[in-house]
Amino acid sequence: MEEPLASSSAILDARDVHKRFGHNEVLRGVSLQVQRGEVVCIIGPSGSGKTTFLRCLNHLERIDSGRIEVDGKMIGYRDCPNGTLAELPAKEVARQRAEIGFVFQRFNLWPHMTALENIIEAPVHVRGERERDAVAVAERLLARVGLQDKRDAYPSKLSGGQQQRVAIARALAMRPKLMLFDEATSALDPETVGEVLAVMAELAADGMTMICVTHEMGFAREAANRVVMMDQGVILEEGPPQHFFTNPTHERTRQFLSKIL
Amino acid sequence: MVPAINADWSIVAERIFSPDAIFWRALATTVTIAVVAQVAGVLLGLLSALAGLSRFWPIRALAAAYVLVIRGTPLIVQIFFVFYGVNLFLGLPFNLFPREVEILGLTIPGAAIAGTVALAINEGAYMSEIIRAGIQSVDPGQMEAALSVGMTRPLAMRRIVLPQAARVIVPPLGNEFNGMIKNTSLLAFIGVYEMFFDAEVHYSTTFKPVEYFLAVAFWYLVLTTIWTLIQMQIERRLNPAEETREGGVMARVRRLQWGRAH
Repeated sequence: MEEPLASSSAILDARDVHKRFGHNEVLRGVSLQVQRGEVVCIIGPSGSGKTTFLRCLNHLERIDSGRIEVDGKMIGYRDCPNGTLAELPAKEVARQRAEIGFVFQRFNLWPHMTALENIIEAPVHVRGERERDAVAVAERLLARVGLQDKRDAYPSKLSGGQQQRVAIARALAMRPKLMLFDEATSALDPETVGEVLAVMAELAADGMTMICVTHEMGFAREAANRVVMMDQGVILEEGPPQHFFTNPTHERTRQFLSKIL
Repeated sequence: MVPAINADWSIVAERIFSPDAIFWRALATTVTIAVVAQVAGVLLGLLSALAGLSRFWPIRALAAAYVLVIRGTPLIVQIFFVFYGVNLFLGLPFNLFPREVEILGLTIPGAAIAGTVALAINEGAYMSEIIRAGIQSVDPGQMEAALSVGMTRPLAMRRIVLPQAARVIVPPLGNEFNGMIKNTSLLAFIGVYEMFFDAEVHYSTTFKPVEYFLAVAFWYLVLTTIWTLIQMQIERRLNPAEETREGGVMARVRRLQWGRAH
């Protein structure tokens, strides 16, 4: 696990990531490699650092040490000749983030824009795509998440599940190499959880590389290639779902699974 | 002694219903200075608010000092300092506010420019706090979502945060402009021929303070009332209770958005 993965198909390579908030060390050396097309679900009790780790992957959080590479490029930092890391200029970080989709627990759609405008905003204003082209792509994405009839609706007129599906379409509009889902269904009413999970499962089936922090064990079991258990800022164990859910090695994992399954 | 109202109402009526051309010029000066100073004040306030939210402490400290000093000293002192003091203070080899300046074919007295600058600087400090509060009222998740799709902070501020902050900023901004209209009267003390100066001129030649100051008070009331009506219109459009038509309030907020509309 500690050895560098020679394989060029690793889209994410995080090594020994440490993150502190004040005196509280939230990540205490997290390493994770994800292959292209793989779906990884990160589970664990709240406070285990899984959301923080996900936010480090697109540099929404700075890290204190370690390194994170996406597609061979270090995220957020560059190597200095003296062996330390220096933060990249904001423009460079923005360019990196544009290639990593992020779906928030609380959707964070922009309320002053319609569903369609939410989706074309970044392609037009970040990538400089022509509006006509961006609209065509956005309409396809809306159809893909089953909301073609909601293109002109404002977020306040959409249910939580619909908002989250628009948020997924908004992230996909940038054609990301990698999609990060931060408890994408935790803020939803139970009856709309399914529609969002269905969209995520479809994405997974289409070959999108996904890292999902989730409490949805059903989804992890069905859609994930690998399940990662985090606890107290470290990865406790990982493995394919069938093995992971039936025969976890760690006592802590067993306890956690027994509580939520 | 029975108190009585002593006023020559014919003078008051004349000043209200048929003022001379000089008065209309003075009124135009008042309105122009108020508008220019307010616009400049909003821009200064925006700059200061953004500086106040900067990651770099010296920039934050600079913004904080500006707000502290300006809000903590009298406006009239600031006006006098700018008009009489700045040239000496900065040791400039030329006069920043000469008697008259030609701008776009107009002859503008230096005092009016100095006064407008002072009012704008003063207004900027108050707007800074209003705009900062507006920006901070927007859910941080909005900025994060913008960053996550590859926006830089300035772009996200312009496209995502400020249009939403506008909703919180506009009502107090309206009140500020109301105050600005009245504050322009202080410029009479550095010799700007605006409405109050005009009243003063008449008073000093006739010694009839009641009539001329009543009349000029009426005109300030007219200006602020007109503005209040405009402000009510704007606020009605931004009122969440108006969320009836398609898109509701956010569609209207969007029209305030900087940059191209879709």
